[in-house]
Amino acid sequence: MNSLASIWAESRRNPVALALWGLAAALVVYVFVYGGYLMAVLQFAFIYVVFVAGLNLFMGFAGQVSFGHNAFAAISGYCSAVLTATYGWEPLPAAAIGIGGALLCALIVGYPVLRLRGHYLAMATLAIGLIVYEVAVQWQSVTQGYMGIAGIAPIGIGRWSITSDRGILLFLLIVAVLSLIAARGIRRSRLGRALVAVAGSEDAARALGIDVARTKLIAFLISAAYAAVAGSLFVHAVGFVSPEVFGLHMVVLAFTMLYVGGIGTVAGPALGALIVALLPETFRGFKDYQDLAYGAALILILIYTPRGLTSLPELWTRRRRAAATRGDGA
Amino acid sequence: MSAAAGPTRILDVEGLSARYGHVEALRPVDFHVDDGELLAVLGPNGAGKSTLMRALMGLVPTAGRVRFRGIDVPRRDPAKAAALGLILVPEGRGIFAPMTVSENLELGAYLLDDRHEFAGRRERVLSLFPRLKERLSQAAGSLSGGEQQMLAVGRALMADPKLLLLDEPSLGLAPRVIEEILETLGELNRGGLPIILVEQKAPLVLKLARRAYLLSLGTIAAEIDPRQVTSHDELARFYLG
Repeated sequence: MNSLASIWAESRRNPVALALWGLAAALVVYVFVYGGYLMAVLQFAFIYVVFVAGLNLFMGFAGQVSFGHNAFAAISGYCSAVLTATYGWEPLPAAAIGIGGALLCALIVGYPVLRLRGHYLAMATLAIGLIVYEVAVQWQSVTQGYMGIAGIAPIGIGRWSITSDRGILLFLLIVAVLSLIAARGIRRSRLGRALVAVAGSEDAARALGIDVARTKLIAFLISAAYAAVAGSLFVHAVGFVSPEVFGLHMVVLAFTMLYVGGIGTVAGPALGALIVALLPETFRGFKDYQDLAYGAALILILIYTPRGLTSLPELWTRRRRAAATRGDGA
Repeated sequence: MSAAAGPTRILDVEGLSARYGHVEALRPVDFHVDDGELLAVLGPNGAGKSTLMRALMGLVPTAGRVRFRGIDVPRRDPAKAAALGLILVPEGRGIFAPMTVSENLELGAYLLDDRHEFAGRRERVLSLFPRLKERLSQAAGSLSGGEQQMLAVGRALMADPKLLLLDEPSLGLAPRVIEEILETLGELNRGGLPIILVEQKAPLVLKLARRAYLLSLGTIAAEIDPRQVTSHDELARFYLG
């Protein structure tokens, strides 16, 4: 129902959805052709699409909460950075080790932490993010602390690597789209239904034979893998990493993207990532009032589309239907 | 309770009790279910009916023993109980509102891997509840109360239950809808499916059941032969003691 395909099907009947996606596509094409500063903003947005698509599996589908997925991005990001910049590894094996390491950490941490629920789960995951941040700051012999690591190898294999801004943008776009297709596949699978069932009622899910603890752990691991991929992508695309890159603000941004776009839908997080990354740039002309305008825009979006921007088409249809019935009555 | 020679017992419950913290919601009960029967569990609000159902599934911490067809039903492992064929339609239906009707049905067959068998079960459920067929791609939360109950029963049937546990299927439904659902349950039971039916609305159920237990204050107060309960007064006597 909430998939890209059905959004496309819906688009043909609903001009609001069509306009929304058309606008996003036009923007991507415009930036790709004309380049400029927005290129970097869009690269950033695509990396966040991956991160948020993963977080959405855990929070949107399975109904859990995590303030600590930045930890997994940090672990794989730093692995990629240290192995390529310090030890001269190839980016691909470095990222693979990073993602594997992040998954191992997620498994070790997830097993005990997922016994918690609600606010307690939120606190525990927050602590994981803070611990990894602190390690990145303090373990100076490896991470170089606040100084950060520069000269990280760009994305590529062997002698062939992607160095142009357009090339990186295209590559990140492909990865982002693939991550969304994978998320849609997961949502439509038996695992996806189990995730939504666990979010609905753990007891009802159990009575159907669903192993709730295992299902939650799998969701946690998959979303950690998405976060790790995003972390490695970031350092290889930007070429630099410091603890702030994967700090708490990453969590805040990701949450904003989730809720602005529409948590629990497949396309929502992608839309949210694009909007939230671009919104501050839109208000650049406001100078000192930029943050104020950005905040006001977020509040307005959340007031008028409480279930996120992906619910806009539905709201539009409902309004039109309401108007139609009012017209009949008059 | 008669021994030997009679119908085969499929469920044997010995000293099953359950507590929520300090409150003993279910005091040790012993009872059984015969093969192919529809057993009614009656009782007023708060008598422990839902707790009994949840205790059988292992959804609450319990003491005692539950044996199903000679196999011990593990305590505190509802997924195992479901795998043995004990399928619960919980109080308040427990359907997954944001998912479609079709997805809810698919979840019923969560433990099934055989696609062919899946298609067959789905076909049977949809012919039993044709109204669900019209609403397959609709969000389950948008169904009427009666349709939601049909979906809950349909989802349970997708699991191919060997013993169906129904917790107050009449809750919040219009009398005509209740009749329709009970009729379907009777049909299923005549087809050979053993059912434990928990209800507050006793008169409706006593027409279907061959035996009934009366639950009161967390324990079985009486076993009733529905054929001997001919008037409402008599039933009221059971309820009020």
